[in-house]
Amino acid sequence: MKRLLSFIITVLVLAAVMAVSTPGLLDRVRLGLDLKGGFEILYQAQPSEQGQELTRASLLQTAASLEKRANVLGTSEPEVTTEGTDRIRLKIAGVTDEAEVRKKMKEPAVLTFRSAAPGDPEGTYSKIELVGSDFVENAATIGRDNLNQIEISIKVKDKQKFAEITKRLLGQKLAIFLDETPLSDPIVNAVLTDGTASISGNYTIESARELADTINLGALPLKLTEKYSQSVGATLGKQSLDQTVRAGLIGSVFILIFMIGMYRIPGLIASFALILHTWLLILVFVLADFPLTLPGIAAFILGIGMAVDANIITNERIREEMRSGKSIMSSVKAGSKSSFRTVMDSNITTIIVAAVMFGFGTGSVKGFALVLIVEILLSIFTNLYFARWLLNMLVKAGKLSKPKQFGVKESEISAL
Amino acid sequence: MRFKKELDYVHLSKYFYMFSIALTILGIVFLAIFNLNYSVDFKAGSNVDVSLTKNLTADQIRTAIGGIGTDHEPNVTIGTQRVTIRYDQELTSEQDAELKSAIAKLDDKASFEVNTVDTEMAKELARNAIYAVLISCLGIIVYVSIRFEWRFAIAAIVALVHDAFMVVAVFSIFRLEVDLTFIVAVLTIIGYSINDTIVIFDRIRENLRFGKQKNYDDLKNLVNKSVSQTIMRSLYTALTVFIAAFFLLVLGGESIKMFSLAMVIGLLFGAYSSIFIASPLWLLLKKGQKSKGKPAKA
Repeated sequence: MKRLLSFIITVLVLAAVMAVSTPGLLDRVRLGLDLKGGFEILYQAQPSEQGQELTRASLLQTAASLEKRANVLGTSEPEVTTEGTDRIRLKIAGVTDEAEVRKKMKEPAVLTFRSAAPGDPEGTYSKIELVGSDFVENAATIGRDNLNQIEISIKVKDKQKFAEITKRLLGQKLAIFLDETPLSDPIVNAVLTDGTASISGNYTIESARELADTINLGALPLKLTEKYSQSVGATLGKQSLDQTVRAGLIGSVFILIFMIGMYRIPGLIASFALILHTWLLILVFVLADFPLTLPGIAAFILGIGMAVDANIITNERIREEMRSGKSIMSSVKAGSKSSFRTVMDSNITTIIVAAVMFGFGTGSVKGFALVLIVEILLSIFTNLYFARWLLNMLVKAGKLSKPKQFGVKESEISAL
Repeated sequence: MRFKKELDYVHLSKYFYMFSIALTILGIVFLAIFNLNYSVDFKAGSNVDVSLTKNLTADQIRTAIGGIGTDHEPNVTIGTQRVTIRYDQELTSEQDAELKSAIAKLDDKASFEVNTVDTEMAKELARNAIYAVLISCLGIIVYVSIRFEWRFAIAAIVALVHDAFMVVAVFSIFRLEVDLTFIVAVLTIIGYSINDTIVIFDRIRENLRFGKQKNYDDLKNLVNKSVSQTIMRSLYTALTVFIAAFFLLVLGGESIKMFSLAMVIGLLFGAYSSIFIASPLWLLLKKGQKSKGKPAKA
């Protein structure tokens, strides 16, 4: 009685939790660009001047400046990641003027040092004094001056030009801009003739480091070429999502009907485990903030077919034991035990393939592999352990005493 | 729902081997002559998929997009409220924008999916795909050799390469488009096929522990017995995964149609190869060992 009660409570509680939380969870699933519309571009970065080297730092800087630009253009949650040694992947959703954004993104970052031209309102600077290429590459560093204040040292190529500028602007501001964004506006304190300068002010380590990196980036801007691009219209994305989810639902219902029709009570348990499995998968995606892509949904649906395999193997084995004349209790025990290894072996080999896909894949392949891996791991828990635990409880509670409840006919059982 | 399952699978496999070999040869011939029908993912260019709210003709589309200044004539395929336009060259972002506005003039509710891949990237994608298949195979060989023995690993690999190749062959013969999702499908089929094979091998291994197999006939009976013990499971699992893939094919989004088709074909071959290719092959390999170890009592 106690076992039956805990069985019922487990099922009811889980069912209630799932029913209550599912609508909220579904709203929080992050959709990939192919489902919500947007575009994705893979850039290859090269130094714009021949013979220069591409460094990790400059790649990261370029990625950061792409992200800043995307934000300035008012796009929602731009996602910028670096790949390998010379690639940047950019994902932007909800863009109205795609051509404009793509053009803006490809332009190299422009670093300028500007002064206020006559007639400029207070705080604006329009006269360009120095551009990124005037600086020695990778020479901007941070350090501390005599007063232990953080300062940024820079080096310019043309000493005379720099001396002339500092002489002319002595006591005035020389503002630093990346594209059209002002970064800092230090005051020229001395005439500098040796081509090096220190910028000091109210910098924290981070802000100083960022400014130094930006100057280095400006000195060596990277040229970006589009290697791969995918853009999906929002309507088309929505259409794919709806169609695929509907296909998945119908397919799943058929699988559930098949399982219940074939295995009766254990089939019902398997179906419940499968629903739990799907719910957990959505939960993992929400908690880990993984984006769900179209290939991901495909993996999801296929994985449902594969997850029930664990139940099919176990239940077939139990039925086999029953047909050989064993009691229900010992059939369930023996069937579960011997099918366990089979299920584990077959799942591990599938994980190997999925892991390789994840390692080697890019974009959509990665998304697919990720779902498959998470799904197999979850199915070991739900469709192997959990389903077996539920079944054992029912058997021990004495509620499963007829072979018919397993879909086995009396006539098939051979006498011992 | 039980059917007569005490069949001589080993004997039957002869015919299936012939079928597989015939299809393999046909596949090689087709691949050699026609290669695969690669999408932009593998040969560089742009693919534009448009979802429309009304039906347009290919001529309407061609006239509309004629002015965007490409060197080559695109390939236009019309579907119901859908158009696919394929360029052998990469569209620049300006051309891309012009094309969209040209079609939007015909149907202002048109929604687009544009994929552009440059040559170098296309080569890299193809190379990665081949590496992925090879490394997967290697991983499986290692795992199966550790858990079982090398003969099982060889037989399993032959079966999965067979499945993967059959799908490639079918796609080549029927000129179906091969895109990046096709690779995903082939890899999934490999994963599924090995899964299916392992279940049967597991049973063979288990049955090997009981009783001694003295000669080839004993081994053959053991394989037949193991296959018949697991065949219902193989069929049911194949059926459930097939249901899933089938509905994806019929009702799923346009961009995963080819993926679903590859899956459906691969699943059928996967279920069949585990029974009729992998198991008899293991028997063949095992036979060699038996006759070497102990002279067969002929």
